[in-house]
Amino acid sequence: MMSSGWSLFVILGAVLNTAAAVWLLFWMRKRRGEAAQTSDTTGHVWDGDLREYNNPLPRWWLWMFILSVVFAIGYVFLYPALGNSKGVLGWSQVRQFEEMQQEQERRSQAMLARFSGRSSLELVQDPAALAVGRNLFANNCAACHGSDGGGASGFPSLTDASWQWGGTPEAIETSISQGRMGVMTPWAEFLGDKGVEDTVAYVMSLSGRRSAAGDAAAGKAHFDMVCVACHGADAKGNVDVGAPDLSDRIWLYGGSASAIRETIAKGRQGNMPAHGDRFGDTRVKLLAAYVMSMGASRAAKPGT
Amino acid sequence: MKHEIIEKNAGLLGVLVAIVISVGGLVEIVPLAFTAEVTQPAPGIEPYTALQLEGRDIYIREGCYNCHSQMVRPLRGETERYGHYSLAGESVYDRPFQFGSKRTGPDLARVGGRYSDQWHRLHLINPRELVPESNMPGYPWLEGAALDPAGTPAKLRVLRTLGTPYTDAQIATASADVAGRTEMDALIAYLQMLGMASRQWK
Repeated sequence: MMSSGWSLFVILGAVLNTAAAVWLLFWMRKRRGEAAQTSDTTGHVWDGDLREYNNPLPRWWLWMFILSVVFAIGYVFLYPALGNSKGVLGWSQVRQFEEMQQEQERRSQAMLARFSGRSSLELVQDPAALAVGRNLFANNCAACHGSDGGGASGFPSLTDASWQWGGTPEAIETSISQGRMGVMTPWAEFLGDKGVEDTVAYVMSLSGRRSAAGDAAAGKAHFDMVCVACHGADAKGNVDVGAPDLSDRIWLYGGSASAIRETIAKGRQGNMPAHGDRFGDTRVKLLAAYVMSMGASRAAKPGT
Repeated sequence: MKHEIIEKNAGLLGVLVAIVISVGGLVEIVPLAFTAEVTQPAPGIEPYTALQLEGRDIYIREGCYNCHSQMVRPLRGETERYGHYSLAGESVYDRPFQFGSKRTGPDLARVGGRYSDQWHRLHLINPRELVPESNMPGYPWLEGAALDPAGTPAKLRVLRTLGTPYTDAQIATASADVAGRTEMDALIAYLQMLGMASRQWK
């Protein structure tokens, strides 16, 4: 909101400018009369013989000018144009924006009403629900999990059978609505360089591979002492704390010796943001349904 | 006044032309320079920290504004995608502002907090690692480039002469704040603060 002084400044500027435009029109009309009686040139001469016609403005142009002045007068009264005046219509950019938002809110509520109260397992069967879920996924999830749900290093694939936090409909809905915070503690200090290297060897042996360096048997001792707390004695992981299964060939942060070494030595932090407040229950279920539809038949046999 | 007098005195003609074409600017632009909504920071808007400021300079150096705007217009489709529409008071500490006029990539005015730091790191090194369809170039050199802390206090001092309320303490610790950090750290710090203040607005 401008101060009243600036408001007055704007009003005066706009009004005087319009008045000057009108005065110019009438002045020109008067001049036309005089000029017609004396001469049809402006009177001055350049280079000995160059003269300039002083013809009246074309009529259509004059009318355009008059009409734009009339339009301007109407406009400043209807819309917030004169200083701080609100205008007769009461239009404002913010109000128009809020009306657009309310209209959109009404439309999306009407659309969501078709799906509310249904479980995500039911929604998986409904192509219309999956179409909505697909849009939600593209707008909110694809940047990290990929438009095909394939994931990336540090961002889990949603298309395979491995579920860090559980693959049941309820677990997926919780992940979406409340988010997840996955923490792998750094162990470099506790294990030492050799300890880390041995543990890498043991972890790789869990999925039937061999590490170039490190003693897997010594690594097992470390594993049984510290890693077991989250990943379990059988290394199958634990969905309650988001500890991944280490016995399969699916790796959240990469399965090469160097990636596993970095994970053990420096730890990892994964953060799935919470979306429940923004989405509401129905959208969460629609998204969960779409996520389940991306991988085949996992809803029926939840992974780890 | 005779037509001929104006036409034959170029200086007078120039002055009169200047008056005529100034009216629009005087009425539409000048009052804004004295209006609080435009000149005072919006709620929650603070001067950039030393690290964020360095990141902002890298944002400008790398030409991010060529493809990314920082201006959410008050249109329903935009606010739904990005968040609260931009306010003039958000840019009071921006010299120059980064509104931009081209969106080859998405608007970034509300990108803060949307992704994790690690996401930004991977994405800036190679965007296709995370978004296979992306046509954004990678900026892998940022990861290896250390910031030069020597120049940071001068940047804050210059901004203070222009009106940004940096305290003596902020200027004194500016070098230490960015020492040992990479250009990648700085750019991410800048991106992560964009639009954070807007989250508390209605």
